[in-house]
Amino acid sequence: MLTPKPELLSFSQPAMPHAKLKISRTPLAKTATGIDGLDEVTGGGLPKGRTTLVCGSPGCGKTLLAMEFLVHGALQYGEPGVCMEFEEAPDKLTANVRSLGLDLRALEKRKKLLVDYVRVERNEIEETGEYNLEGLFIRLGHAVDAINAKRVVLDSIETLFAGLSDAAVLRAELRRLFRWLDDRNLTAIVTAERGNGTLTRHGLEEYIADCVILLDHRVNEQISTRRLRIVKYRGTAHGTDEYPYMIDDDGISVLPITSLALAHKAPTTRVSTGISGLDEILGGKGFFRGSSVLVSGTAGTGKSSVAARFANAACARGENCLYFAFEESPSQIIRNMRSVGIDLERWIQKGLLHFHAVRPTSTGLEGHLAGMQKLVKQLRPSVVVVDPITSIVSVSGIYGVKSMLTRLVDFLKVQQITAMFTNLTFGRTREERTEEGISSLMDTWIVLWDGERNGQRTRGLYVVKSRGMAHSREPRELLVRNKGVELGNVMTSDRSATTVAG
Amino acid sequence: MNKSLAKKRRTAKSTRGNFWELRLYIAGQTPNSIAAIANLKKICEDQLRGKYRIEVIDLLKKPQLAKGDQIVAIPTLVRRLPPPVKKIVGNLSKTERALVGLDLQPAR
Repeated sequence: MLTPKPELLSFSQPAMPHAKLKISRTPLAKTATGIDGLDEVTGGGLPKGRTTLVCGSPGCGKTLLAMEFLVHGALQYGEPGVCMEFEEAPDKLTANVRSLGLDLRALEKRKKLLVDYVRVERNEIEETGEYNLEGLFIRLGHAVDAINAKRVVLDSIETLFAGLSDAAVLRAELRRLFRWLDDRNLTAIVTAERGNGTLTRHGLEEYIADCVILLDHRVNEQISTRRLRIVKYRGTAHGTDEYPYMIDDDGISVLPITSLALAHKAPTTRVSTGISGLDEILGGKGFFRGSSVLVSGTAGTGKSSVAARFANAACARGENCLYFAFEESPSQIIRNMRSVGIDLERWIQKGLLHFHAVRPTSTGLEGHLAGMQKLVKQLRPSVVVVDPITSIVSVSGIYGVKSMLTRLVDFLKVQQITAMFTNLTFGRTREERTEEGISSLMDTWIVLWDGERNGQRTRGLYVVKSRGMAHSREPRELLVRNKGVELGNVMTSDRSATTVAG
Repeated sequence: MNKSLAKKRRTAKSTRGNFWELRLYIAGQTPNSIAAIANLKKICEDQLRGKYRIEVIDLLKKPQLAKGDQIVAIPTLVRRLPPPVKKIVGNLSKTERALVGLDLQPAR
């Protein structure tokens, strides 16, 4: 049974030398994979009833991706799946499925999944004359019929090349196999290993015309980075970018840019900064809800105190706050803030304030990004603090930093979360430079500094920019005392000259 | 020379006293499968002199049996006895290769 092809050709005036060709396109049907982010990146999933090639180097997660595709298909979309497993041992597959929180054996019992372990041992086989791979077809057909499967995984079919030496037979049979899958309208994933300079070692990409996905896994400055790229997707305008992806306790997550169209709604409600003088500077009302705020300054200028006041104000309103601590431990932060009159402990006890402390070097930037997104989706805060963003930015080097930050800021904006990022800068003359142009991503930018005046240490604050509102640019004194954090008087230009840059 | 002694010598060395169990997997009565059956019978007659049993399994009729012996190619011949298990693929038209695969030294 042939599936209708997406392009239909029809002549409007038959048998005329210059007949007009009318090509009508029916949209390519897609099958959702259920894998976090992959369906967004592919615009709906994999081509329905067709075969997709997933290639990558060892350890990149091909088998896990394929198994997730089957598991979600069976449990979420009512499509049982068959896996012809050529390479991995049963315990590896079981472990993969267990990492998704499921029991492979149980799924097989429930007829949601069926795994047939196919072994082709080269040294076992002497080729004595003509043959074909009908045995494989029979096994596959038998498995598909047994559970009425709609999804198929062949992992990884290249093992056949190692086991059987007649390349001509293999190629012919592979072509036949993909036609067989197409004819039965099975949505299939075929995995293959990355070749040297070619997509796959044995050129499988020539057989698979509809969709090819490449998984890449490289190590950059001791941090491993994973990237997914859609090499080909016929009938779909797909991004040719590389998307970072992560493998963690819940399986694979692909991190797409959440709102490429910049179509965020612009909220008009405001939230307090937690410092009344600062609210005044910002049009009398504070930040826009859902905006991004950068608080930058050199060491010891009071950034964390400003962040803590902001968190405190949110919790006092009864809102959830998620505080990402990348430098100090939560208990240290709580202790430090207590000394300036901010009691964060009570909000923790009320379940309004959640700290999440992570070592910046524990994973790459996209690892942090994925982890943060996950927590945000789980806890649904209305306010987020990232203190400081500098630690995780510097960890990954230059590669992809700006795009990562964009994703993060974007993601939070789409969730309408008001986010405050603290940023450590170095040296007085460079206090208004930010790394990687972070400030351009932010709606509001507050700079803190410290200095000396009349032999006394002083601290100051001023608002460099705040989009969408009238604000004062006058520098004010920042008073951080054990009573609390307040803004003092306007400072005169006693401050040594600084140039606004970055 | 004594006739019976000569006959003993002609019998393939490895079959003396052994009984061979062979299983041929096919998928329907295709020309290739029919050729394989014919070739197998000839080899067995020539080499094993009645000390053998051939079982032909048609996977079109019994697909569930493909898994057990890990059958991927058709036709596949499995030597089940004497051990160790040997597997050879193809229609057995290349007699030399077939004998090597079955671990049969040809009778003189």
